[in-house]
Amino acid sequence: MPKDTGIGASTKRREDLRFLTGRGVYTDDLSLFGQAHAVMVRSSVAHGRIVSIDTAAAEAMPGVLAVFTGEDFKDVGGNPAGWLINSRDGTPMREPKRPVLAHGKVRHVGDAYAAVIAETYAQAKDAAQVLADATVIEELPAVVDMRAAVANAANRVHDEIPDNLCFDWGWIEDNRAAVDAAMKAAPHVVTLELTNNRLVPNAMEPRASIGEYFPGTGDYKLTTTSQNPHLTRLLVCAFVMGIPENKLQVVAPDVGGGFGSKIYHYGEEALVLAAAKRLGRPVRWTAERTESFLSDAHGRDHVTKIELGCTKEGDILAIRTETLANVGAYLSNFSTATPTFLHGTLMAGPYKVPHVYVNVKTVFTNTAPVDAYRGAGRPEATYSIERAVDKMCRELNLDPFEVRRRNLLTPDQFPYTTPVGLVYDTGNYQATLDKAIELADVSGFEARVAESAKRGKLRGMGLSTWIEACGIAPSHLVGVLGSRVGLYDAATVRVNATGTISVMTGAHSHGQGHETVFPQIVAEKLGIPESSVEIVHGDTAKIPFGMGSYGSRSLAVAGSAMDRALDKIIAKGKKIAAHMLEAAEGDITFADGKFSVAGTDKAKSFGEIAFSAYVPHNYPLETLEPGLEETAFYDPANFTYPAGAYICEVEVDAETGKVDVVAFTAADDFGNVMNPLIVEGQVHGGVGQGIGQALCENTSYDENGQLLTGSYMDYAMPRADDVPFYTVDHSCATPCTHNPLGVKGCGEAGAIGSPPAVVNAVIDALHRGGITHVAHIDMPVSPNRVWQAING
Amino acid sequence: MHNFDFVKPSSIADAVAALSSEGAQALSGGQTLLPTMKQRLAAPDVLVSLTGIAEMQGVCTGEGGLHIGAATPHAVVARDAAAHYPALAALAGGIGDPAVRNRGTIGGSVANNDPAACYPAAVLASGATVVTPHRRIAADDYFQGMFSTALDEGEFITQVIFPIPHKAAYVKFNQPASRFALTAVFVAQFSDGVRVAVTGASNNGVFRWTEAEAALSSDFSAKAISDLTVAADDMISDLHGSAAYRAHLVKVLTGRAVTAAR
Ligand SMILES: Cc1cc2nc3c(=O)[nH]c(=O)nc-3n(C[C@H](O)[C@H](O)[C@H](O)COP(=O)(O)OP(=O)(O)OC[C@H]3O[C@@H](n4cnc5c(N)ncnc54)[C@H](O)[C@@H]3O)c2cc1C
Repeated sequence: MPKDTGIGASTKRREDLRFLTGRGVYTDDLSLFGQAHAVMVRSSVAHGRIVSIDTAAAEAMPGVLAVFTGEDFKDVGGNPAGWLINSRDGTPMREPKRPVLAHGKVRHVGDAYAAVIAETYAQAKDAAQVLADATVIEELPAVVDMRAAVANAANRVHDEIPDNLCFDWGWIEDNRAAVDAAMKAAPHVVTLELTNNRLVPNAMEPRASIGEYFPGTGDYKLTTTSQNPHLTRLLVCAFVMGIPENKLQVVAPDVGGGFGSKIYHYGEEALVLAAAKRLGRPVRWTAERTESFLSDAHGRDHVTKIELGCTKEGDILAIRTETLANVGAYLSNFSTATPTFLHGTLMAGPYKVPHVYVNVKTVFTNTAPVDAYRGAGRPEATYSIERAVDKMCRELNLDPFEVRRRNLLTPDQFPYTTPVGLVYDTGNYQATLDKAIELADVSGFEARVAESAKRGKLRGMGLSTWIEACGIAPSHLVGVLGSRVGLYDAATVRVNATGTISVMTGAHSHGQGHETVFPQIVAEKLGIPESSVEIVHGDTAKIPFGMGSYGSRSLAVAGSAMDRALDKIIAKGKKIAAHMLEAAEGDITFADGKFSVAGTDKAKSFGEIAFSAYVPHNYPLETLEPGLEETAFYDPANFTYPAGAYICEVEVDAETGKVDVVAFTAADDFGNVMNPLIVEGQVHGGVGQGIGQALCENTSYDENGQLLTGSYMDYAMPRADDVPFYTVDHSCATPCTHNPLGVKGCGEAGAIGSPPAVVNAVIDALHRGGITHVAHIDMPVSPNRVWQAING
Repeated sequence: MHNFDFVKPSSIADAVAALSSEGAQALSGGQTLLPTMKQRLAAPDVLVSLTGIAEMQGVCTGEGGLHIGAATPHAVVARDAAAHYPALAALAGGIGDPAVRNRGTIGGSVANNDPAACYPAAVLASGATVVTPHRRIAADDYFQGMFSTALDEGEFITQVIFPIPHKAAYVKFNQPASRFALTAVFVAQFSDGVRVAVTGASNNGVFRWTEAEAALSSDFSAKAISDLTVAADDMISDLHGSAAYRAHLVKVLTGRAVTAAR
């Protein structure tokens, strides 16, 4: 019987009622007395020297209250990168300052160099145009293509960085010679050059920020579209504006999706705070969709050469990759970690590969900053490996399922130390592979191929077995790897006098469903109804601390913190019960919402204990404090390692090149599943984004750095009819061994595992159709590209 | 968006008067014009709405075929033309999404003459007549290259009259992002011959593929065009499709349209 409440129940998402009925409260929904409107003035060229900005005409426009330029922020700090990466030669990465507003130079189309604040949005917009017209920018040649960027030293995104390189990273550098030797000795080497296409995050809600300043106290408040308000507070206070942390409250109310792009601190947030202080009025800014395209941190954008050395039977002996990773014009907060420690460390995949070496050169270009986007580094690693393994199968005429089985780690090999620095704690990769094969009806595939052929379509099947490291992250480990922050999380469980509960969590929900799942866990542990529990998140004034939500970390890290705080609540409850029941604390047991004296029928309900905690008429105050509220910080001992097997079936119309995904099966191991309905939804969304990357989405800059795909007229988002009905399974669970809930995280899985399954299926379809000269097609595998490949 | 005045005449005569003033522009469904104004790429002084004029609404049969009021939304054409001219109704039903179809109109689409729009293919392949307050313009004279038509300054479409073919079909290959036509072909078979109009493909906007028309007029089957080739010279080349790809699609889609024609 499926449970209908608590852990493992498919409780419907309580937050959806307000989201689906238009009653969510997003940043832009807030309207404050006396508010003024900010409009950013953005560069229309990719690279240029700011010669002069004449603000006079704009300032004289009706309703204009203030104009800001880079000059106003030249003495404040810069927005830093969160990870320090060292190059292979030991030198630290190049870290150009990222100013609030561009100063001296503009470095990408959409780079904001000024802002206009006015009484109304329309007035600000009018004045912004006047200001743009009164600005002289001397256009410089744009650095767009990564290969050209590193080859042509004359053309520099940052004048002080001669080769446009942020760093040249080797992982693990000491293994390089051994990997080279293993590759040389390998009986067969597969080589593949591929592009991991750049993506625009396209959160449904554009970024928005409101700054407030309270002159009476000197306090600031920032309401903003953030996935992690505490991190934003830290960056604004300690790095950019120099505001004491206790003087800034950051609130992230309902947030309409982020996919990574709202992890980071952006200049607009500092701008509205500075403007609010100068004007003594709230100042608001909301991005237009065009601004989202131009200025949100983009994702992916790798160019990779992968070599895979193997035996003729398909045993993988060595993997070596060389990647150029685009960071765009400035270092966004996680931009240096994404192509390195979230990518290179995964390059062994779920396989037993003795030798792996990864080289990543991170390149500055005159494009929008690039940072973590759903999956962040791990989709890039998975795509490279799984495409190379597929190519190996084709070159050696081997069965892709058998090859996976030969190379997958087996359950008895855990814990397993990879050659790229991770320790996989547990897993059963054969089980998910078998499950996927069963659910995808692989044995019936040939018949489906024949049926498709009757309709003039080529059918193909693609497989991907994937792994990721998430539950980000053990502070001790990331500290060694260059992180400048710890990646623990925190929770406060506040039991109210009437027995209801508020949980203040450092996780931030921007669509994931925390408001539903976290109460399920509380309800299970305390034996109370889910409806008695409320989640409080997204406000630095209300929650103890938190690192926010990304990297599939909410349950694994913040959920674990909550679990620990609940343990403390139960321990305190036992103390109270011992006092009330006149028993020894050691004799009190807690089960099903009742504190009992072992071996007797004496008991107090959770509600009675809670009430007593706040009405402590006869407490022994020396030994028992009133109140029932506990906080815990949780720092994970290791990453978690979700893994799975994905099987995709496509039909290709060889005449037009159009690919249809006709079936998709995902068998995942997420450890213990708290709410199957939500997990399934997360996989649907992730796979949808993966199919989007594989077939539709492309971010294209022309040679002058103009964004050609700057609207939905040209940026192809996947739509409902681009995706099939999914078959999703997560029954093959091996619980995480090191967190109290045994959870691994499911938010990014779909986006990580699916792109290679789709592309492998397309190649398979072509080969089955006799089009065997096509070894690879870069994503997005658009109709034109498929047609070109077939006829090329 | 900049400030503008708004008028909504209830007769064609009042609309003619309103549109004769300097800086006035017709507004129909607003699905093209309003986004352009929001992006500040257009800033008319006066918008003259054409959606309040009864004679410019609806679908009915009449002299010369099917009469469609210029301010008739795509959704209404999809519904009301289905019994008379199924290929045309299907075309209207495949434009954009429900919101676009409930506001966007045939007149706006034909006036705008977007090179990737659907209706121009139907108008040209049907040999339709574009009616304005002062004259009637044959489809062959009306389309004059992308975004360019025979309409004079201030002149507007009141109605489009479609002769009804024996058989017809519209086959559209979606541009992956916008889902306008990357290339689309409308084939219509009349007693005096076949007309084939192609949209989405050419730098010169919608055009007739006359070689295919000749071949199909003597043999209305996909194999009748199998030996023909389409030159890529004037084809659009962009992120979504090269000129050669579009030229290829013209032929593939024409064949499919012939097969699908009903
Ligand atoms: C999301 C989206 C998807 C779309 N997909 C498609 C598609 O797949 N296929 C397709 O063909 N189109 C598509 N369109 C365009 C849509 O069909 C528009 O409705 C159409 O192009 C314009 O019609 P309208 O009534 O909205 O005109 P408006 O936007 O009101 O006007 C467009 C232009 O025509 C002028 N005008 C309007 N009416 C007249 C008239 N009667 N006489 C003279 N001039 C006039 C206006 O002054 C303006 O210059 C799409 C639009 C959107 C927003």
